[in-house]
Amino acid sequence: MALPTYAGPLERTWYYAFRTICGLIFFFLIAPLVVIVPLSFNAVPFFTFTQEMLTLDPAGYSLKWYQDFFGNLNWHGAVKNSFIIAVFATLISTTLGTIGALGLSRAEMPMKTTVMAILISPMIVPLIISAAGMYFFYSKIGLAATHIGVIIAHAALGIPFVVITVTATLVGFDQSLIRAAYNLGASPTYTFFKIIVPLILPGVISGGLFAFITSFDEVVVVLFVGSYEQRTIPWQMFSGIREQISPTILAVATLLIAVSIMLLASLELIRRRGERLRGITPS
Amino acid sequence: MAAATTSDGALTTADGIPLKASLARAERRNRNRALLLVTPLFAFILVFFLMPIFDMLTRSVDNTVVGSVLVRSVPVLSQWDDSSGELPSEAVFKAMVLDIQDGRETRTIGKVGTRMNYEKSGMTSLFRKSGRRAKQIKEAPYKEALIKLDKKWGDINTWRLLKRESDAQTLTHYLASIDMRFNDSGEVVRQPEEKQIYINLFIRTLKLSALITVLCLVLGYPISYLLATLPVRTSNLLMILVLLPFWTSLLVRTTAWIALLQKQGVINDFLVGVGLIGDDGRLAMIHNAIGTVVAMVHILLPFMVLPLYSVMKTIPPSYVRAARSMGATPWTAFWRVYVPNTVSGIGAGGILVFIIAIGYYITPALVGGVSGTLISNFIAQHISVTLNWGLAAALGSVLLALVLALYILYDKIVGIDNMKMG
Repeated sequence: MALPTYAGPLERTWYYAFRTICGLIFFFLIAPLVVIVPLSFNAVPFFTFTQEMLTLDPAGYSLKWYQDFFGNLNWHGAVKNSFIIAVFATLISTTLGTIGALGLSRAEMPMKTTVMAILISPMIVPLIISAAGMYFFYSKIGLAATHIGVIIAHAALGIPFVVITVTATLVGFDQSLIRAAYNLGASPTYTFFKIIVPLILPGVISGGLFAFITSFDEVVVVLFVGSYEQRTIPWQMFSGIREQISPTILAVATLLIAVSIMLLASLELIRRRGERLRGITPS
Repeated sequence: MAAATTSDGALTTADGIPLKASLARAERRNRNRALLLVTPLFAFILVFFLMPIFDMLTRSVDNTVVGSVLVRSVPVLSQWDDSSGELPSEAVFKAMVLDIQDGRETRTIGKVGTRMNYEKSGMTSLFRKSGRRAKQIKEAPYKEALIKLDKKWGDINTWRLLKRESDAQTLTHYLASIDMRFNDSGEVVRQPEEKQIYINLFIRTLKLSALITVLCLVLGYPISYLLATLPVRTSNLLMILVLLPFWTSLLVRTTAWIALLQKQGVINDFLVGVGLIGDDGRLAMIHNAIGTVVAMVHILLPFMVLPLYSVMKTIPPSYVRAARSMGATPWTAFWRVYVPNTVSGIGAGGILVFIIAIGYYITPALVGGVSGTLISNFIAQHISVTLNWGLAAALGSVLLALVLALYILYDKIVGIDNMKMG
């Protein structure tokens, strides 16, 4: 969108004004995340920059909120629970979701649109309603306040993401490859693992990553279905913000930002690999 | 498979089966295989997601508390004509006394009191008091004894209320969720002025969600345009600025806004520091509607940018150039040629943001204060604080109906199959 040479002064002014406006909007998007990082090294328990911090005085900075995070049993449990719940929920939703997506993208699948709409519904129904319903129902069947209950709830929330990404990958899938494999004498199982899986793997992994982050970041359902025993990092942050707000939360937030940067990077790598495999030059 | 021809001329496969039958069988087998693959997934969603939602919906009309505790009184009470203007018969009073005595033993009478109290205040204490003292009543006349115990038993409206709420299903919760109620004579009327909160709350939720959607569009449109028109290398770099917040925990982003917006926070400190406002004039930007709107616009902006960007990416730049070359001003070319081409993106992003916004819970709960709370916050409160689950379920059902309507609209405009992420 380079400025054309014939542009008049008014257009020139608008061109730069537009870029400034966009710059401000990008600033709005990213500033809150950037601000949190230095604040988490604050030496005093305030959510703001002290005089010492602004003059870059080392005395104004400290690692004590990180020490608090790593030494605190509440947070230990939260980190452990977060990973256990997210990993198992991801395993369930990725396995069920991938197999289901394979069936859904077959031309012979009856009532495809309806089934798809139902499978995607956990993504559409407001979380508070899902959480309320699960709270009532899981209490009845004895799953409330158990790890299994929270894992199952999170798996249900993650399934739409897996179904969407895997079906999207399967749209470009060349069905004749399967016939070719059968023709060459491969068994269905062998075909599945040697032909289908490698080709849809990027879709499965990115769907799995979505499912993982959904569970890892989810708080409403944990608040209702879980209890203190199932506390996850978001659960702990939520109650922390509500009760005694301490910069430890900012330290956790900084660590979580680092996690999301890693996730973003791995998704990008997967995307490029997928494009390369399909013969598109990575952009 | 090679096709062969039988003597009567029908096509068959190599092993002599008519081709039509063979095809039908193959199709059936394929269909069953597809169904088999989808079944476990479908069953999982059905049991662990749809049934809970359904359970919540039934809870919104469920009213079995009264009938299950007052086992003797409810059947006899149902024969009483509540328009007669007379109190129920002695038999009803006797049944009620026995029920209250049993309910006291099993500690269930309090539940009836709580349930009735949602309809009329004073009922909790009536049932608690009666529960404590009913054991003194040992013989007839039960009517006089019970009325002596509490005057409310002599009030015909108490009995009317009990009779109305003794059915296994009730519409009371739905009426309450739209600020209506049954009056003493059983007619549907509006709640008294000071109790009308939910309609206003729904309106506020819709208004704030609309405001958030419009702000997301206003902020999202320019940057999507920039991202779609810049060279790929630059736009990919700038895209990180959109995707990083998208991938960051919403609690992290909410925390960040608390740090920025609160009275002793970064923005206020900055404004005081440069002398724009005095130390005593710090702005209240959090724990009110402003806090909710700012934080939610930030959280939902990527949901607007991503669909807009993917639509804008497909618009050839030659369209606008053609318009310009035919004499359109930059504004006309943009407004009459470019914008109409992005309508599907605006629709997709707009509905997506709106759907997410009206059901949002966490951010309003943390930064919303009083004026910035949404309907979800009240649902949560009724579940975990006031324990009025019926009302929570009714409010939830209304919200769910709203969201589903928008979902169908989204499906019409974009198609759920076209939903993309990342």
